[in-house]
Amino acid sequence: MEYMPNFQLHRPESAAEAVKLHSENTAALYVAGGTDMIVNVRRGIEQPENLIDLSAVTELKAITEDKEGLHIGAGVTLKEVSGNEHIVSNYQAVAEAAAAVAGITHQQYGTLGGNLCLDTRCLFYNQSEWWRQSNDYCLKARGETCHVASGGKRCFAAFSGDVAPSLLVYQAEVDLVGPEGTRRIPLAEMYQNDGLDHLTLKPGELLTVIHLPKALAGCPSRYEKARIRGSIDYPLAGAAVRLEMADGNVKDLAIALTGVNPYPQIVKGTDDYAGDALDEESLDKLRDNVRKQAKPMKTTTVAPWYRRRVIGALARRLTAELAG
Amino acid sequence: MSEKRNKTLLHCTVNGKERDDVVKDNLLLADYLREEIGLTGTKIGCDGGECGCCTVLIDGVPQHACLRLAATCQEAEIETIEALAEQNRLSALQRGFHEKLGTQCGFCTPGMIMAAEGMLRENPNPSEDEIRQGLAANLCRCTGYVKIIEAVQFAIDELGSKGKAA
Repeated sequence: MEYMPNFQLHRPESAAEAVKLHSENTAALYVAGGTDMIVNVRRGIEQPENLIDLSAVTELKAITEDKEGLHIGAGVTLKEVSGNEHIVSNYQAVAEAAAAVAGITHQQYGTLGGNLCLDTRCLFYNQSEWWRQSNDYCLKARGETCHVASGGKRCFAAFSGDVAPSLLVYQAEVDLVGPEGTRRIPLAEMYQNDGLDHLTLKPGELLTVIHLPKALAGCPSRYEKARIRGSIDYPLAGAAVRLEMADGNVKDLAIALTGVNPYPQIVKGTDDYAGDALDEESLDKLRDNVRKQAKPMKTTTVAPWYRRRVIGALARRLTAELAG
Repeated sequence: MSEKRNKTLLHCTVNGKERDDVVKDNLLLADYLREEIGLTGTKIGCDGGECGCCTVLIDGVPQHACLRLAATCQEAEIETIEALAEQNRLSALQRGFHEKLGTQCGFCTPGMIMAAEGMLRENPNPSEDEIRQGLAANLCRCTGYVKIIEAVQFAIDELGSKGKAA
């Protein structure tokens, strides 16, 4: 992996300056921790002429709390997220997911914002330049054929960030700063079901803050993922579950998935479980419902059927554990 | 794109020595340390952040030198494996890897030791699970980790008996 384009490096000290640099320069790319982005640059997947390094933007590195909830800067490292007492005790799945990203070294400089904006991944995409070239590239980058689904007209590369599902079950919102100002949207709206273009960010927009609502603070939740190597790896399938029980019945259940679709997906139909006592039968139904909605494709070395089985099992197990 | 290389004046500290170097914007920290300064103790294994061989400490935090651009280390304090020995005496961790045979081919060892060094500075008395967790991002293809964990435990005992941190 020797390739390295001749880009110009910019080191802004504020988000506003970063956005300005992005709009003033051609082929500009934001990089935060760089644990994934620098790899993609070196593989020729990204070919920036201008690289905007966000490591000096201190305003994005704070975690603050007010009456509305918790506000996490996009530049906060994953280790800080998993070690933050407030997050551990009030938004457990978020802390568990941050601790499950790659290995501990990556977590110490990889950022929350970077994990949320992680590019989708595929066996035929995350390869070296010569590998992809000798395979005539692919639909996602410079090619015309999808090697996952031949004849397919859309890209199935899988979203593989760990933290997004946990934030989704807590109905997190995000601040996006762009050339036209700041907007705040639900995190769910930052994604779309398209492996080629899974982020709905406008050109030059920068994710700056993640908001977790106070109303859901303390609601029990879990995150678990299946991966090839336990010490370091992207999820083959990952599930976040948030479950609030009242008098032995479900009061509020939310499940979100990663690794099995081009975007982190909120499982539909969990509202139907309100008032349910979650016996074996309804847990099996829940598992089957999750399996139906997950659409893993041959984007990793592990077979889709296995990942579909795993995602159902994970969601079922976590829900059963939370139900107590 | 112009062929002219973009450059940055980098001011940082490497192993306690202050440096001012003009570095190419696209120069990786691993190449800066090895090729420009000649500190070849930092190894490049997978060259993609998977193996941990290139782990160095940046402001005390273990990071992959193959994923970090040198020009982003402005005003940073960088420590490599070469910084650990004091007056030609190996550090406790280095002695641990030697005494407990935590090294076979030796290629992963500098990264392994730097990751362990970062961990011990933060937590001088980690449990075995915590040691495994702290070294999770470092791969060894020879020893199988048992000896490596014993090496770290050797260092913990030695530092503990002296009553000072790593």
